[in-house]
Order: sequence, then C-alpha cells, then structure tokens
Amino acid sequence: MSVSAGRWFALAVLAVCAPAHADWQMNLSPGATAMTRQVWDLHTAMLVICALTAGGVVAVMAWSIVRHRKSRGARPADFHESIGIEIAWTVLPFLVLAAIAIPAASTLVTLYDTDNADVTIQVTGHQWLWEYRYPEAGVHFYSRLADSSRAAELGIDGAAPDQLAHYLRDVDKPLVVPVHAKIKLEITSADVIHSWWVPALGGKKDAIPGRVNKKWFRADTVGTYRGQCAELCGRGHAFMPIVVKVVSKADYLAWLQQQGGQGPAAADLPDAPADFDALARRDTLNREQAMTLGKHVYKTLCAACHQRDGAGLDAAGYPALTGSDVATGPIAEHIRQVIYGKNAMPAFGGQLSNAEIAAVVTYERNALGNSVGDQATTADVEGQR
Amino acid sequence: MSARNRLSRWLWLANHKDAGAAYLVLAAAMFLVGSSLSLVIRSELFAPGIQVVDPAVYNQLVTLHGLIMIFGGIMAAFVGFANMMLPAMLGAPGLWAKRASGPVFWMLPVAFALLLVTPFIGGAPQTGWTMYPPLIMQTGPALPVFIGAVCLTTVSGFASSANILATIVRCRAPGMAMLRMPLFAWTWVVTAFLIMAVMPVLAGTMLMLGADRFLGTGFFGGPDGSALLYQHLFWTFGHPEVYIMVLPAFGLVSTIIPSFARKRLFGYSSMVYATLSIGLLSFIVWSHHMFTTGQPLAAELFFMFSTMIISVPTGVKVFNWVATMWRGAMTFEAPMLFATAFVVMFMIGGFSGLMSSLAPVDFQYHDTYFVVAHFHYVLVPGSIFSMVAALYYWMPKWTGVMYSEALARIHFWWSMVTINLLFFPMHFLGLAGMPRRIADYTTQFTDFNQVISIAAGAFFAGQLIFVFNMARSLARRGPAAPARPWEGARGLEWTLASPWPRETFATPPRIAPEELAKPD
Repeated sequence: MSVSAGRWFALAVLAVCAPAHADWQMNLSPGATAMTRQVWDLHTAMLVICALTAGGVVAVMAWSIVRHRKSRGARPADFHESIGIEIAWTVLPFLVLAAIAIPAASTLVTLYDTDNADVTIQVTGHQWLWEYRYPEAGVHFYSRLADSSRAAELGIDGAAPDQLAHYLRDVDKPLVVPVHAKIKLEITSADVIHSWWVPALGGKKDAIPGRVNKKWFRADTVGTYRGQCAELCGRGHAFMPIVVKVVSKADYLAWLQQQGGQGPAAADLPDAPADFDALARRDTLNREQAMTLGKHVYKTLCAACHQRDGAGLDAAGYPALTGSDVATGPIAEHIRQVIYGKNAMPAFGGQLSNAEIAAVVTYERNALGNSVGDQATTADVEGQR
Repeated sequence: MSARNRLSRWLWLANHKDAGAAYLVLAAAMFLVGSSLSLVIRSELFAPGIQVVDPAVYNQLVTLHGLIMIFGGIMAAFVGFANMMLPAMLGAPGLWAKRASGPVFWMLPVAFALLLVTPFIGGAPQTGWTMYPPLIMQTGPALPVFIGAVCLTTVSGFASSANILATIVRCRAPGMAMLRMPLFAWTWVVTAFLIMAVMPVLAGTMLMLGADRFLGTGFFGGPDGSALLYQHLFWTFGHPEVYIMVLPAFGLVSTIIPSFARKRLFGYSSMVYATLSIGLLSFIVWSHHMFTTGQPLAAELFFMFSTMIISVPTGVKVFNWVATMWRGAMTFEAPMLFATAFVVMFMIGGFSGLMSSLAPVDFQYHDTYFVVAHFHYVLVPGSIFSMVAALYYWMPKWTGVMYSEALARIHFWWSMVTINLLFFPMHFLGLAGMPRRIADYTTQFTDFNQVISIAAGAFFAGQLIFVFNMARSLARRGPAAPARPWEGARGLEWTLASPWPRETFATPPRIAPEELAKPD
C-alpha cells in the first residue's frame, strides 16, 4: 500500500462519514515565525525525498509483481549479487542524507542560539497548569485550563466539547508577548516532566525538574497561538493547554502596566524588520525611510571603523563622525566622500545604490550625536556620480 | 503418556517444538490482551470528552498496552519462532541447553500476570512503557510488583537469548557454516547479542527506581539525582530494543521472499553485514529519543547524524528484497502476500523514522501521533505481519495440513485496508499537533480519530479469520500438506515430513547444497 493510497482511503472514509469538522489539517503548519517556516521547509524536503524514494521502490516492485510471475510463464533468473549495484545503493542514499543534514544542522544551530533576547520569560510546569514569570517586568501568574473546557469535559449543565471553539485549548490567563521581539523561555518543572509546545511558534522543549531548558521564538504576526503539554505528566496531561497571545508593542506595554509590571522602554523592543532591499531600490526616500535604511547601512559597513556610536577609533586613525567637519559640513562633500572614498576610506559608490548612499549620509548627519537637519536625496547622489 | 510425564514435558519444555509452541501460545494470548487494551484506548478516543475510562485509568492502559505488546507479544513470539525453527533450520536436535527452556519460559506468564494485576492493587504506573521518573514515583503500592514483573521478563529474555545464541554457534549440523545458514539465524545472532547487552541495563535501571523508592537513594530525583539520567539509561536499553523487535522480522522475510520468488536471496553477504551494522549502530543512536530534553548542541548533532546513517543499511535490506523479487517466478500464497506487504509498510515506518531523525523537525514530531504512526507501522505491519507470514509459511510443516488459502486471502486484504486506515491517519493527527498519550483532545482532531477507532475495531475483527484458519490447521482439518508445500522453499526444515516428527535431527543430517541459504 503506497502512502497516497492510504491517504485516499482515509479521505474516502471521511467522505462517507460526512465530517463534522471541516477544518481538519493533514500536514505540518508553516507556523508564525521565520524558524517554523525553515523547519517546515526541511520537513517538506525530507517528505519529498522519502516519497520519491518510496515511489521508486514500490514502482520497481510493482513492475516485478506484475511481470515476474510464475503464472505468466516467468522463469527465475540466476543472479544473486552485484557488487556495483550494491555499492551504488549504499553510497547514493548516504550522499542524499548528507545533503539534507547540512541545512538541518544549520537550523538546529540557530534554534539553539538563545542570546540577545528582547524578553525573557520563566516557564514552570506543574501538575496540571503552567506558571509564567517575567523577571524583568515583575509580572507573575498561573495559566489554567479555561472553566468552559472543564465544564464541557465533565458535562456540567449539558456543556459539550463541540459547543466550544477551543475545547481543551483555552486558558484563563494566556501568555502575552510582543510581536517581532525575540522571546526567550527558561523552562523548568516543579514536579514531573512536562513539555511546552505551541506548534505555530516552534517545537517543544521539555520542562524537567532540577533543570532549566532554554528556547526562543520571534513571532512575526499578531495573533493567538495554541498548544498544550506534550509529555505525559499524569492524570491531567490532556488538560494543561498553552495559549500565547502575540500583541503589538504598545498593547504589550499596556498589558504589562495593567498587570502591575514595570515595562521596558518602548525603544528597547524591536519594530517590524524593514525590507532593506526594497528601500535600497527606491527612487525617493522620506525622512523616516532614509533614517531606517541609513542606520542599517551604517551598522553593516561604516560602524566597523567609525564605531557604532560614531566615536571613531583614534588609535587606528579612524576619525570620529560625531561633530566631524564632513558630517556637519557641506552635504555635497559628504556625499562625494562616501562615493569616492578618501585616504584609508574605501569608495562605496560601486556597492551601494543611490538610495543607500543618500540614506547613510542622512543618517550620519542626523544621528550619532549630530543634528544637522538636512537630508540627501537620490538625485543629489546621482548628480555626483 | 502419563500425567506425570505430561507435567514434566510442559514444565521443562525440553523439546524445542514444545518450547516454541509454549512461547507462541503465550504471545498469541498477550497479543489478544494487549490489543484489547488498545481497543479500550480507541473507544475513549472515539470522541472528545471523557466517556469510557478516567484519564488515570487511560494512562495505565497506555503503559500496559505497550509493555504487554512489546515483551509479551512481539519478543515472546520471536523467541517462539527461534525455539521452534532454528534447530530444524540448522540441523540440530534441539536447543543447546534443552531443559533451560522450561524455567526460562515460565517466568514470563508469571511476569505478565503480575503486570496485569497492578491496576487492581493501587494502579499501574501512568507513564507509558517508558516508565519515566519522577512520574513513575507517583505510583502506589503496585510499584514493587511492577518493577519485579519487568525484571522477570529481562531475566527470561537474557537467558532465552543466551540459549538461542549458543544453539546457533554450537549446534549447527556439519556443513551448515555460519555464512551459509538461513538469514533468520543471522538476525537472531545479532538480536540475541542485543538482548543480552541491554536486558541487564533495563533490569539495573528498574532496580535503581526501586532503590530510590525504598532505600532512600536519589539516582533520579533529589538534589543530586537526575531525571535525565533515567532517560539515558532507559534508551540505552530502549533503542537496541527497537531493533530487537525488527531484526528477526528481517530474517523471516528474507527466508520467505526467496521461497516464493523461486530465486536465491539477493545479496546474502550484504544482508549479513547490514544486520551486523544495524546491530552496532543501534547502540549509538539512543539519544534521538531525547532531542527535546535540552541536550547540548553537540549531542543533538551527533545523534542526528548517527540516526540518519542507520537508514543506510536498512535501505540496503529493502533494496535486496526487491532485487530478490526482480526477475523471479513469483506466486502469491499467503506468506508471500504478507511478506510483500511487510516490505512496503515497513518502508513507510522507516521513512517516518528518517524524517524524525532531523532534530529541528523532530521538535515538532516528537511526542505526537506522528511518532505513534511511525512505530506502529514498524511494529504492526512490520514485525507482526512478518510473524503472520511465518505462521502461514510453517504451519503446514507443524500440523501436516494446509490452511485455507481462500480465507487467508480474505484475511490479507481485509488487514491491508483496515491497518492503513488505522495507522495512516495518525500521521495527519501528529502533524496537525495532537500529542500522544492524551485521554482527551480538542474537537479539531475528531474526524481522524473516529476513522482510526473504527478501523482499529475492523482490523481486530479481521484477525478472527486468521485465528479460525490457524485453529482449523491445529485441529488437523484441511488437505494433507506435502513435505515441501512451497515449490521454491529451501532449507533443512523442508526435508522433514509434514507434520514433522517429535524428535528431529537426533543425528546430524547430510546437507544437500541446494538447502543452504548461500550454497557457494
């Protein structure tokens, strides 16, 4: 029975049974983060490799089953080994596996990098609820199965599971996190082993007593994401859901305040990442776009010598930009120097677009302690080329 | 035969055929018990909400279903086939230590009786077959009984494997060189080695649990203990255990396919080497069961790569079976039908295993129904289908009558359809996010669970056809079987009359080259 035949059987039976819930899902979801999409790509790549290989083996076998039958007058051949083909089907799979192992390893390395988190949350599993603590903000609460689910499970007052939108996937107090921020979870347990899992935000991580496991995610869409404990933890294992509300930065700060917590400065939480490639191709930039793109170019290229804060490095002969003659002097000269370079400074005219040069010049004149107020345009840059 | 002689015959099981029969009957009984437990599980999972059993009972059923099917069903059945067939296939009069079979066997019914009693003396562990602490420490007064039962099965497994290994190494007839013997014997060499290596680990781990409970030690808990230490020890046993449950199946299928392709097994030597390398690799992949426990990155990478590599020798086996069929002259009697189905469906289980080897993706698959689908494909249409094929294959030799081929075909097609309806949708549930071992689930998962539960009942019911067919043979009803009922079957067992006499190969046979698995 091939994979697809099994699937079709399942579908045929479902068609007869007239599904009560049309929203069933048969595949992994790509999720709500860049990392879950990467994992989904790996899953899909491996699934395709497996399906093709299985299809090939089944096809050869099916051909053999149809053609090499005694009833069709087949006579058995005498071969029983072949060094060449045996080496080939040992080495080829090995190469295919190596090809997929490399991206898998690189994804794993990224998933293990919990440094530079914007928000840290301590998660503690209990029989049978989750405890959340935001140590920086001083917020702390427990998250239990919602009463409506409990009532439906026990059939109280005629309540039933199908009357609920999220039976067993709803809690009294959800975890709230800001969108676009790197959220680090420090996961442990107070009793037996649990496992924290919200599929759309990434894989599971076990909550083990006496041990702190770290995991991170960065949601790129506002929304409510649901999961549940994934490690058998006793009688209430099916009844300790996880609900994560991903909200905007402002809503998050408001929520912290409402919980009596001390929020971080709004500037400490990241905004939506800009599409720098699109900005770099633009013909005109407004002030905000110029500053965003300029900061990005400055951090990637200029900061290596002039330093992140624009202070330069005297010992190496790298001049400061803060209050410098170039960065606060005539703008045309500033643009010219970025395009053509000067002394140790290389010419960036070749590798940067007009928009990028205009942006970085604007940024250097209005940040890093400078506030000249003017703005370079793409036309200014084009005029000097 | 006097009552006293009969008692002594069944107590000592000195005749390898009696021993084999005892194991197979026990395995059949345990398959019945274990799958009945799964039917209760499937009834509870038919709809969201709690209808049939309390979640605490549900968890105990999960534990017992796993242990009974693994130790009582699959392992006992493979030991049964080894006892029954290996001496006959190798030209030996019996096992190396004849009278050891009885005492070693009788530990098992005692162990399973104890195991099945635990729900009534305070409750079995609610942990699943993996028995993880700290959860298992919440088990009540049944814990020591449970630990004792598991330890008894390990002792029995160790001793029976030692006997089988000694039989293969020491009792072969002249001319039956190791590299000419049936592949079933080779797979048992490696299986016996694996069992003897890991049963002491499991027993030791269980005793450490007992010590934590009763002697105040703190191996797996407390300030200096580690719950993860248990997992490492358990999977040091548990991963080789996975191969203990499939290697003999490889041996059975490698014996059956050539018989019905009327062609020698392709790549006999590479099959032997693949079996050996799977055996060795099985010791260095255990931690892929623990990808989500927060191991260091280096460990994750090592176990990911080693797990991927193990699919290479397994792939070689599948390719060899297909190459054996290629340009053969095949007929599809029941043993061949089930052996062919084994190859295809074992492959599905193998591929979902390979998918799970990618650690970052396994973070999603782990502890979901995707994994449940994976190992059930490997064990049910894998291991258990190979046993069904072997029973159809050898039953004529044992009873002297042919089973009903018509009923066997109905049994096969019924099983094929229902087993895929039973296990395939579990992949979808797992990918959609349904964790395993939950007594209740959210409404989104209802439809597939209903298909699965209905298919489980249908698959179970279909096995009654098989039971009836085999019972008919055991009652000696049916046409007489010739000594060699399968045209292409090779091997010493087919040189015996059907039914085979009670004592065989008391003097070593002269082996005709064509009866060897690899004559040249």
